[in-house]
Amino acid sequence: MRSQPYRAVNGGALDRTRPLRFTFDGRTYEGYEGDTLASALLANGVRLVGRSFKYHRPRGVYGLGAEEPNALVRVGEGAAATPNLKATEVLLRDAMVVRSQNRWPSLSLDAGALAGALSRVLPAGFYYKTFMGPPGWWMLFEPFIRRAAGLGRPPEGTDPDRYGRRFAHCDVLVVGAGPAGLAAALAASSGGARVTLVDDADRLGGSLLQGPAAVDGLDAARWVGRAARTLDARPRVRVLRRALAFGYYDDNLVAVCEQVDGEGAPAPRERVWWIRAREVVLATGAVERGLVFPGNDRPGVMLASAARAYAWRHAVACGRRAVVTTNNDSAYDAIPALAGVGCEVAAVVDLRAGGPGEPAAALAEAAGARILRGYAVTATDGGVSLQGVEVRAVASSAEADGVLETRGPPEQIACDLLCVSGGWNPAVQLFSQSQGSLRWDAARAAFVPGQSRQRERSAGAAAGVEGLAAALESGHAAGEAAALACGLRASAGTSPRAEPAPERAPLRPVWRIAHPGGSGGKAFVDLQNDVTVDDVLLAEREGYRHPEHLKRYTTLGMGTDQGRVGGLNGVAVLASRLGRPVEAVGLTTFRAPTAPVTVGAIAGGEVGAQLAPTRLTPLHGWHEAAGAPMVPAGAWLRPRCYPRDGETQAEAIRREVTTVRGAVGLVDVSTLGKIEVRGRDAGAFLERIYANPVSDLAPGRVRYGLMLREDGLVFDDGTLARPDAASWYLTTTTANAARVLAHLERYAQTVWPSLAVHMVSVTDQWAAMAIAGPAARAVLARVCGAGAVSDGALPFMGCASAEIAGVTVRLLRITFSGELAYEVHVGADHGRLVWETLLEAGAAHGIAPYGTEAMGVLRIEKGHPAGPELDGNTTPRDLRLDRLLARKAEDFVGRRALERPGLVDPSRPRLVGLVSEDGQRIGAGAQLVTNPAAPKPLRTLGHVTSACLSPTLGRPIALALLTDGDARRGELLCAAAPVAGLHTRVRVTDPVFVDPKGRRPRG
Amino acid sequence: MLLIPCPHCGPRAQVEFAYGGDATVARPVDPDAVGARQWLDHVYLRENPKGPHLEWWQHVAGCRAWIRVRRDTVTHAVLGAATAAGSIEGGAS
Repeated sequence: MRSQPYRAVNGGALDRTRPLRFTFDGRTYEGYEGDTLASALLANGVRLVGRSFKYHRPRGVYGLGAEEPNALVRVGEGAAATPNLKATEVLLRDAMVVRSQNRWPSLSLDAGALAGALSRVLPAGFYYKTFMGPPGWWMLFEPFIRRAAGLGRPPEGTDPDRYGRRFAHCDVLVVGAGPAGLAAALAASSGGARVTLVDDADRLGGSLLQGPAAVDGLDAARWVGRAARTLDARPRVRVLRRALAFGYYDDNLVAVCEQVDGEGAPAPRERVWWIRAREVVLATGAVERGLVFPGNDRPGVMLASAARAYAWRHAVACGRRAVVTTNNDSAYDAIPALAGVGCEVAAVVDLRAGGPGEPAAALAEAAGARILRGYAVTATDGGVSLQGVEVRAVASSAEADGVLETRGPPEQIACDLLCVSGGWNPAVQLFSQSQGSLRWDAARAAFVPGQSRQRERSAGAAAGVEGLAAALESGHAAGEAAALACGLRASAGTSPRAEPAPERAPLRPVWRIAHPGGSGGKAFVDLQNDVTVDDVLLAEREGYRHPEHLKRYTTLGMGTDQGRVGGLNGVAVLASRLGRPVEAVGLTTFRAPTAPVTVGAIAGGEVGAQLAPTRLTPLHGWHEAAGAPMVPAGAWLRPRCYPRDGETQAEAIRREVTTVRGAVGLVDVSTLGKIEVRGRDAGAFLERIYANPVSDLAPGRVRYGLMLREDGLVFDDGTLARPDAASWYLTTTTANAARVLAHLERYAQTVWPSLAVHMVSVTDQWAAMAIAGPAARAVLARVCGAGAVSDGALPFMGCASAEIAGVTVRLLRITFSGELAYEVHVGADHGRLVWETLLEAGAAHGIAPYGTEAMGVLRIEKGHPAGPELDGNTTPRDLRLDRLLARKAEDFVGRRALERPGLVDPSRPRLVGLVSEDGQRIGAGAQLVTNPAAPKPLRTLGHVTSACLSPTLGRPIALALLTDGDARRGELLCAAAPVAGLHTRVRVTDPVFVDPKGRRPRG
Repeated sequence: MLLIPCPHCGPRAQVEFAYGGDATVARPVDPDAVGARQWLDHVYLRENPKGPHLEWWQHVAGCRAWIRVRRDTVTHAVLGAATAAGSIEGGAS
């Protein structure tokens, strides 16, 4: 067979000097630069390109662009492959590897086509019926459904491509670069407005490239070229080609996905633009509707506009002998284009009794095509490719609501191409997303943009305007108005001109064509999701009478084509069954994206480690150099422990704890939230924020601080220090640093704005480390002098300045471990110097750095509540912190709510300690029960919040929240963690395991 | 994504802000002057109006000011914004 047998020798916007080779299902074909994958397949006579979603019926190319329901393919190989691309939107490239989808073992011999024979058991709502059916049905059917239904397979492995993201602003964003969009962009930019023009095609021009036309006396393609040069020459104009506007969000934010295809270059494969526009012009054109008749899905049936464009733009004859069937005059425009590429047009089957207008009839006559007025196609013949159509007369009593009955004996017309047109749907997806309301245009039998909600206007075919001349004028006017609405000068010029459209006979709304006797095979309203007329009618009978219900029950319009071709037909079939007008039933809501966008493009650069920022402390480099395993703690990375040679992590943790209890350790606590509070009323403000008294805190002192939420539950705990009379220095838990700051700001600004107080986060400005253990003071004395850390100069809960290695530091004598301890806060840049100085000075005392694990063990041994206990459900009393509040008379956040009966109930779970009786470890999160062997369900008495193996006690211990915790002191319980397989016998104890009198930190 | 007119910084994208809830509810000036029931209503009960609503937003990634924004919960239209102390043009809260 000759290469590209369906390609005309001349014509088309192709570069025939650049042949491109590609493979489809392993077979090599040839196309040209300028082809889409669809046009290249058609040029090679490839009719069968895919199998349908549910019934695995053979399908061919049906449309031209985003409306394509059938020709979904997988392009590329391995991890870089992209499934479910529409062949109509894929630009052909040399060496492209393409595969069909949803077929097994092969496209022409597909086992799943049996599903077509089984269609009686796959009715509308099949999934739901299976879910609701007898137990086990879903289990039985699921593997079959998962394998048989659906689209392409996702690529294997990690996507190797890069994706970009840009944010942009403009005065006027024009979506669509057809005649209306170009005219709008030219007009809007003529006065200097910043204009962005986006179009999903690789070339500007839209419908101007799909047929013969002239603008301003120039051939359309030349006029488009001139317009593009004019726009490119305007410095404030940006033109994005191959850029799909897929989402229209609040306040004129439009998302655009640009195909960049930066092969080999550092450029990304795709780039998403978030464009905030002052005004938007939607010139998105219109999409032809299909007709619904039995067998309307056979390969060889396609939209008339698509057949015309393939002929004109790609010089491809989509068949050798065509029949056109239509309810309007626009389909007649395909006839000369088909004739021009050598495709005979046998007949026009016009659904209208009156037939076409005079100019359209003349087109048919010139091509020798017979016009059958008042006739309809009622069936198609052929296997995997169309061989003929069956035509019948429309019954004279045909209903007025769009359902055409047919009668009489059929006439067979042999053909291998059937061009259909059911009218045009303005592409209102973006308009609807902008929350504009649609209006029914009865003359066009279509929804058109009605009331706008955002600063947006539609132009051209998208606005329901017909004909090139009117589209140009409408675009020009919209562009001018948009610039003026921005307060900018707009064009004084006139609109580009074209010949007025020829006289056209009115369209006849037709939503479906019925075979006499109701047979003739499946008639599809949604080709991609295999939704038939019968499915819609069944859904209606079963009570799904709202289009949103119909959509979800039948999957109508839920495919990647978003129901562009058939969505309105499906709704109209429902409407006619309900006896209601289409406009009263309405369409389903349009949502973003208007067409599929890859997940990679949406994610952009935010993948892997770039998903979220990682925060590193000023001491991070030291931890890394020490070989510490780093663990995420919120956004931070913190050292887990510091294993020495030959040591396991568990051994390292045990050694670090023992070192702190017996000698001295050093831990990085830079991740603590740090907030500086100043102002005349800072003390009064903090008094209202903290649940414990704080305003009496003297300069040079530190205090533990507890914050509640307004509902009385514990929000955060930390310390507040008063380095001097003018400033307050707060620390928060690592996890709540940002929330506490926002909380303070909220109360300062919105509740007590009269208080003169200001706060700022200084978390990143200070490095912080805690030196803890019996030798802590001795080590500090070596580096900043014994006088600076004497009990007199720096008593327990004191705060003072000192100098280490020539650097001024802030010392806070507070403890988290229960040992004699000091926090050393120092400017971040000097953090490592001070850290290393302390380690050096402590060497003689056996100092060891310790990580987050040892820190956690130390605080559990000390019974100090932390994150697992501050879980948003606990009160100060639950955590045994109520003594802090006892002497406070003033109001504070959360005080009133603490009186709630539920919060003062004495039987509330309370913090207790647990000791493992048998030495088995205690599962964190374990439920506390009296007897695990008792009949289920067991009543749980509480749960384990934090657990560890205590090196100090030599056995597993835990903290827990236990109902009637105080009364249960000494009881034996079971800590049950069935998932972990742990049932541990535990004895209830005081939560403070170490130094219960608190002497050590005062020592 | 909303464009919120911060009174300090000008119009900024919603991602720079954190939502702070109903701005028509004020913490009682003297908590002891209200009954326990009223206090819990203050803490827990919020209207969920359809239409214009006065809301707190904090410009967390900007000036960190808590501002009041009048927003239509149906259309998402931002009808006005003011500082915590300022007044929003176009009607009472």
